[in-house]
Amino acid sequence: MADLITGKYAAFIGPAYAITAATLAAMIWTSLAYARRWRKRTEELNAAQQASREPQA
Amino acid sequence: MIPAPAFLANPERFMAFSRWAAPMFGAIALLLAAAGLWLGFAAPEDYQQGATVKIMFIHVPAAWMSMFVYVCMGVASFLALVFRHALADAAAQAAAPLGAAFTALALITGSLWGRPMWGAWWVWDARLTSVLVLFLFYLAYMALRASLDDETKAARAGAILALVGLVNLPVVHWSVTWWNTLHQGASVFRKGGSTLAPVFLTPLLLMGLAYMAAFGALWLVRIRGEVWRKRAEAAALRAARA
Repeated sequence: MADLITGKYAAFIGPAYAITAATLAAMIWTSLAYARRWRKRTEELNAAQQASREPQA
Repeated sequence: MIPAPAFLANPERFMAFSRWAAPMFGAIALLLAAAGLWLGFAAPEDYQQGATVKIMFIHVPAAWMSMFVYVCMGVASFLALVFRHALADAAAQAAAPLGAAFTALALITGSLWGRPMWGAWWVWDARLTSVLVLFLFYLAYMALRASLDDETKAARAGAILALVGLVNLPVVHWSVTWWNTLHQGASVFRKGGSTLAPVFLTPLLLMGLAYMAAFGALWLVRIRGEVWRKRAEAAALRAARA
């Protein structure tokens, strides 16, 4: 583990792991955000449609 | 067990399946990655490459995934183009950004490994160039889909491009055999078995499976997103007509 931080090749190993972690985190974030955004939008539209169908008092 | 095309043909069944399958694959990915990283960091330095061998545990699985995801995208595109499965096009579209990310990771971590070992960040050898072409196919697929407003035309054009890009996969795989490359030859999946010592091979395979499970989880989540998007567009159309 110390090799990764202070070793001869730390300048290459550290960034490789950091970039991988950041990219995987971005993939998770964007995938979840995309699915949530469209689910929310669908629910809003369905709710609006449902409300417009209900007879007004 | 229900074969995969049955899920692709039925969005309701797919949504019910993916609701529990996506988090399950995510949990499996976390466990496998934890085990792979633990064993990887505990592995000794390579006698030639020193500590840079640690980059192998993240670079090689990313390179495997860059090709595997493209195969998934190609199969989904074929199903969308020929059989017009309801979810096949969504699956192809959802795979593209994930495949592009894995390919970018393979290129970047490979560059960070190549610099100390080869003395160069980049060389135009057959393996690196063919992987760059693979990355460009992913980008071209996404750009083509984004550039066409008509969803049907975009799906058809994207599927044809994805199928054309499949030709590049054998070139990527056998580039190190067909040409004299700076990139090393196959050392895991080869005739006669792996040349890697078990102390390196075990964490590498665990990380490969972790990447595979992570892709499975994210692919399902993204396909769900595509299904929701299509439902939202259908709902918006109904509202506009009402």
